[in-house]
Amino acid sequence: MAAVLEVENLATHFALREGLVKAVDGVSFSIAPGEVLGLVGESGSGKSVTGFSIMGLVDPPGRIVSGSIRLEGRELVGLSEDEMRGLRGRRVAMIFQDPMMTLNPVLRIDTQMIESVLAHDRVSEKAARARAAAALTQVGIPSPEERLASYPHQFSGGMRQRVAIAIALLHRPALIVADEPTTALDVTIQSQILAEAQKLCRESGAALLWITHDLAVVAGLADRVAVMYAGRIVEQGQVDDVLDHPLHPYTKGLIGSVPSGAMRGSRLAQIPGATPSLGRLPPGCAFAPRCPRVIDVCRVTSPPESQREGRRLRCHNAEPAP
Amino acid sequence: MLAFIIRRLAQAVVVVLAMVSIVFFGAYVVGDPVWMMAPGDATQEQIEEIRRTFGFDQPAHVQFLRFLADIARGEFGRSYVHGSSAIGLILERMPATLELAFAALVFAILFGIPLGLYAGLKPDHWFSRAVMAGSILGFSLPTFWVGLMLIMLFSVMLGWLPATGRGPTVNVLGVETSLLSLEGWRHLMLPAINLGLLKLSLVIRLTRSGAREASLQDYVKFARAKGLSQGRIIGVHILKNILIPIVTVLGLEFGSLVAFSVVTETIFAWPGMGKLLLESIQRLDRPLIVAYVMVVVLLFVTINLIVDILYSALDPRVRITGAES
Ligand SMILES: Nc1ncnc2c1ncn2[C@@H]1O[C@H](COP(=O)(O)OP(=O)(O)OP(=O)(O)O)[C@@H](O)[C@H]1O
Ligand code: SF4
Ligand SMILES: [Mg+2]
Repeated sequence: MAAVLEVENLATHFALREGLVKAVDGVSFSIAPGEVLGLVGESGSGKSVTGFSIMGLVDPPGRIVSGSIRLEGRELVGLSEDEMRGLRGRRVAMIFQDPMMTLNPVLRIDTQMIESVLAHDRVSEKAARARAAAALTQVGIPSPEERLASYPHQFSGGMRQRVAIAIALLHRPALIVADEPTTALDVTIQSQILAEAQKLCRESGAALLWITHDLAVVAGLADRVAVMYAGRIVEQGQVDDVLDHPLHPYTKGLIGSVPSGAMRGSRLAQIPGATPSLGRLPPGCAFAPRCPRVIDVCRVTSPPESQREGRRLRCHNAEPAP
Repeated sequence: MLAFIIRRLAQAVVVVLAMVSIVFFGAYVVGDPVWMMAPGDATQEQIEEIRRTFGFDQPAHVQFLRFLADIARGEFGRSYVHGSSAIGLILERMPATLELAFAALVFAILFGIPLGLYAGLKPDHWFSRAVMAGSILGFSLPTFWVGLMLIMLFSVMLGWLPATGRGPTVNVLGVETSLLSLEGWRHLMLPAINLGLLKLSLVIRLTRSGAREASLQDYVKFARAKGLSQGRIIGVHILKNILIPIVTVLGLEFGSLVAFSVVTETIFAWPGMGKLLLESIQRLDRPLIVAYVMVVVLLFVTINLIVDILYSALDPRVRITGAES
């Protein structure tokens, strides 16, 4: 089946006073209908900027400087704001990390859901309300008619995230970008939401880009995984392959840094050395200062992308095949 | 809700009592009104006569108790100067002042919110910088000076607008208003701008900082991710959030508009209670001063009450209950 989303060589840079920050620098991946791609990486590696680039929501001083983003075959880079607005929420939707912050605190849930329907469909307010109620039912919120009249502060965090998911589903988008949507929730709610999201995507055939810190989430949810480091995807492939036999030293470090048996909820910042500042990357491979397999060429030239065993890899001296 | 209002009214009584006492003794210390009331060539006997009639011969605390007793009976005394009921004189002048303050407030909101929104959403645009620079001027220039400049420019040099007085008024349900005739509007314009300039600067700055802060919030990004139009995001999502502090502050500031109108009314010869107050202070007309203070304090209290109710209507996270203070 044709991919829902094809990202090629995407570069999104921030022109700051301190210098150019290449938050996303040559990222390529694609997602098929109904597929879940997990995008993992340490804080600051450019995951959110990748997501916002797809949504067309990168604000100055940030800018997509090159590359291509095709959604259902249509090129998004270079679309006018108005054309982009017509796609947002309709063909591509986004869920954010902190459900406490994403719903407007002074507007009722019905207002916020109905306006989402009316942003793209010319239907009566009554019809829009019925759709909102149906979407709430779909994400497992009981007595939706009552809940519609509530304000966000009357919901728990998990409930609010369900509302956000319901809003994302209103127009049955082809792609949902989920930026760490369960990080702020406690573990039980997390797994409920994960199961729910997976089920809803399977049902509606939406492709899902799931951004997360949490390898355990990726292991349980994603079909494929892309590992991001300093604005680049260093390894991507089928989730089981990559997690069982990481080829890139960074991926290996990530998995090694997760204490076995206690995968869930652990963070990814336990590799020796610090995440590099994106403004001052070393020449060559950005991971070189922390890499146990570093060789001379790593410090000079940035590794190009290569294909190996059904994966895409950026490394001069990758792990041997298992 | 009812308990809340009752408690507020009780607080109001305490505030009024305190204010009235301060004003009474303040006026008592400032001078002896007899000299203002007696004709220049009055004899010692005549002056003593006036003293006795008005009770000025009594010790201060006796005068004060008598004065409180009068107030309790709803008797605010007669103006020493005008001879008629002090509270009546104030109330008669109040519509003019309220009209002026209201016009100033509307002026500040009508221009302040759009300008502030623009400056907050496009902070780097030259126009935004100009607006902010202008708002600093609005804050720092003294009201009386701006008033004189307005008169000079628009009345003397250009001759567009009248410089003094209220113009013709129309009686609506017993209240005189100048809002119903073109001539009335022309008279109201300059004083309202003069009085509202300070609040305009305040609204601009409040709106701008609110808009800047709100536009960085996740809910705005989420609203954009839903595909909402820019107009809806600004007009509903951002505005509704920043309206909360603006309404609160402006509501409370309405009282200070009434108070500040003393200056503007004097410059533009606007026949409101501020101008009357200034004249009364000059003549030590104690009943009038006290009546003015009572009215203004009650106005403040009422405004605070309305603001509290409005605030809870705007912000769903705040609900007034009888239990909270
Ligand atoms: N608005 C911005 N202005 C300037 N720089 C930015 C901005 N947004 C992102 N960046 C830069 O892009 C880099 C990547 O940010 P991004 O938010 O994509 O990281 P992330 O992988 O999502 O991290 P996290 O896990 O903490 O969410 C940041 O380190 C920062 O330097
Ligand atoms: S390119 Fe070299 S430094 Fe970079 S990850 Fe591979 S081995 Fe390590
Ligand atoms: Mg992020």
